[in-house]
Amino acid sequence: MKVSLQQIINELELSEALPGVGKDRTVSGAYCSDLLSDVMAHAQPGDVWLTLQTHQNIVAVAVMAELAAIILTRGMRPDPDTLEKASREGVPLLTTQLPAFEAAGRLYCMFRRERGEC
Amino acid sequence: METRKPDQTAPDGPARLELEFAVEGRDFAAAGNAASRIKRALEHVGFAARAVRRASITAYEAEMNIVIHARRGVIRACITPEAVTITADDEGPGIPDIELAMQEGYSTAPEDIREMGFGAGMGLPNMRKCSDRFSIESRVGQGTAVRAVIRNERRGTEGRGLDR
Repeated sequence: MKVSLQQIINELELSEALPGVGKDRTVSGAYCSDLLSDVMAHAQPGDVWLTLQTHQNIVAVAVMAELAAIILTRGMRPDPDTLEKASREGVPLLTTQLPAFEAAGRLYCMFRRERGEC
Repeated sequence: METRKPDQTAPDGPARLELEFAVEGRDFAAAGNAASRIKRALEHVGFAARAVRRASITAYEAEMNIVIHARRGVIRACITPEAVTITADDEGPGIPDIELAMQEGYSTAPEDIREMGFGAGMGLPNMRKCSDRFSIESRVGQGTAVRAVIRNERRGTEGRGLDR
């Protein structure tokens, strides 16, 4: 089951740090981690990535692991060079005031609902 | 810094593309550039999507290991229609106990780098999982050389891969 990034932006009321970038992407799931190698090993292509990390190296991780978007949780803001890199690489960068637990919970419900499981 | 060897991609030459990148220790601004260029080259020559992803992760982990641990190093990718060979040679502290370094969770990364989410002790294990062949040699006080081969196919037989 896949949903569009726009659906996720609407459902979680995310702010777009780079307005318009990648909104038509399809998202296949989500992964939650602040350890970069863990994301590389266990996130799946097409996942959105929930993290507190804001530095520029998260962009390369998202590109290498072929992630659909990065969501910064609990009010974290991207560093200026992170924004610049994400813009250059076309990686959608979203922010939310929600802590990771609640953002992930809402995403989990959303994907289950899309599958007709709840 | 990138060096291509165009003579090897000439129409009459062997079907082989070699890329070479210098990587500086602690240069977090440029970190990932080499892996990114290797990924693009593999996509450009039409590598299978899964092989591109495995090679990209391997190259990125190799590059980050140089940035985090070494003074400087060189990442090379040798691409043929059958496989890509990624090598990383650094001038750095070396690894006293390779078996220990290969264990998931073991890391010698300093605290400031761990706070960035690096140094989870998964870099070398990730590289081995993503590769069809993997070798590592190190001399304490001199440096480390890593070599990984990823075959251009949808399903590796030797490599365990990282797919769910």
